[in-house]
Amino acid sequence: MRLTCPICGERDRREFYYQGAATILDRPDPEAGIETWDDYLHNRDNPAGETRDLWYHDAGCSSWIVVTRNTVTHEVLGSELAKDVKGRKS
Amino acid sequence: MRFSALEILKQGLTGNKGWTQHWRDPAPKSNYDVIIIGGGGHGLATAYYLAKNHGITNVAVLEKGYIGSGNVGRNTTIVRANYGLPGNSEFYSHSLKLWESLEQDLNYNVMHSQRGIINLFHSDGQRDAFVRRGNAMRNQGDDAELLSRDDLRKMVPYLNFDNARFPVRGGLMQRRGGTARHDAVVWGLARGADQRGVDIIQNCEVTGIDIENGVVKGVQTTRGPITAKKVGIVVAGRSSQVAAMAGMRLPIESHILQAFVTEGIKPAIDHVISFGMGHFYISQSDKGGLVFGGDLDFYASYAQRGNLPMAEHVMEAGMALMPAIGKAKVLRSWGGIMDMTPDGSPIIDKTHINGLYLDAGWCYGGFKAVPGSGYSFAHLMATDTHHEPAAKFRLDRFKTGRSLMDEEGTGSQHNLH
Repeated sequence: MRLTCPICGERDRREFYYQGAATILDRPDPEAGIETWDDYLHNRDNPAGETRDLWYHDAGCSSWIVVTRNTVTHEVLGSELAKDVKGRKS
Repeated sequence: MRFSALEILKQGLTGNKGWTQHWRDPAPKSNYDVIIIGGGGHGLATAYYLAKNHGITNVAVLEKGYIGSGNVGRNTTIVRANYGLPGNSEFYSHSLKLWESLEQDLNYNVMHSQRGIINLFHSDGQRDAFVRRGNAMRNQGDDAELLSRDDLRKMVPYLNFDNARFPVRGGLMQRRGGTARHDAVVWGLARGADQRGVDIIQNCEVTGIDIENGVVKGVQTTRGPITAKKVGIVVAGRSSQVAAMAGMRLPIESHILQAFVTEGIKPAIDHVISFGMGHFYISQSDKGGLVFGGDLDFYASYAQRGNLPMAEHVMEAGMALMPAIGKAKVLRSWGGIMDMTPDGSPIIDKTHINGLYLDAGWCYGGFKAVPGSGYSFAHLMATDTHHEPAAKFRLDRFKTGRSLMDEEGTGSQHNLH
């Protein structure tokens, strides 16, 4: 699996650190309550198919990126800089 | 048919024509007392112990593929009870005791081989941690033995003791640890459950879970609807998808764990050996193949195959620990799908839906848990009370923060286990 960095292009998977589902960018309000925080921190859709996850280009440009890929085929479908995704209502 | 030495002799002398199939192939009935979704090791063990311990025999095990087609056939077959934390410690201790009588209990040869597992250490700090772990194991009533470098030189002379970066300083051994034949485990459990009246229904995928007013009523399947008073979800690897049918989101992310096997060679490795620094573990199967694996690929995946970076890492770790195996050719590699929880420990619990139960989140340690998980989950489903050895495997522990079982001490977060 090779990931596409929006800045550096297609690179070896080993250059990246995996953080997890991209929902981690949608941080709830500090006072949102235990249910919301539990859901944010622990529960996952965990789809078999297309997913969006957050990676850090550790051995490259040091960008946080959101990668869209397929968890069944390992096909990489696209990527964006996390700073462009964060806060955007999809 | 009951297996015995006499039966083997009789069949051998009559052309082996009298062997019968190990379990029936029934069509699903329209109603059962209990439905188990998932015919893997844990699901079959649950059905087996429901029948054996609780007299509940009007049970169906629904398997979307065939028996042995899932994670139970995609692991490295290691059986051990060398955990350190309360919760895990008593559970795996109980499971190992069940393994020790499983073959007699099932009248089935699961090739359980207590050849001993050795976890190597390479530094003073790691030695201290293993001494502590060994004491925890002995406090639990299990066996643990600290081996010196000299002990190891006699037992496993082929290790690279003088590796410049990770010299072998000693090991923690559990002699009761070992391996089992993974296919035989599910075949034996399926046969045992079937003999007690359980219907094992293969090629039957659950497509929906029927719930009315917060009470489970049954399931929809590719072979028609089936009603039941109680339904157990035992589908580790696919737990998120099946739980979603009941409107649940689980604290689980699915990851890939690769394993490898070489061509058969003469007996060389008599134990299960783990290399603490390179995340590498190895044993030799009875056919002679070296069976080994490493760490997760570390990204969400359902692909049942991994990527080359982790394969390369595992080979490097193996070569660093025991250079002699470099001559053996790797025949196959495969990936299992791991239900990874934030703290790396499993879930055996009720759900918020009456009559719906969950056995999930086995991370990379499900095989050795097969009998223990089935025993405890059957207890929960039959009595609605938690079985003591599995009482800490609660679904709500992430929300409350109580009784987290982070065996690696890395933090209760999805990408850290």
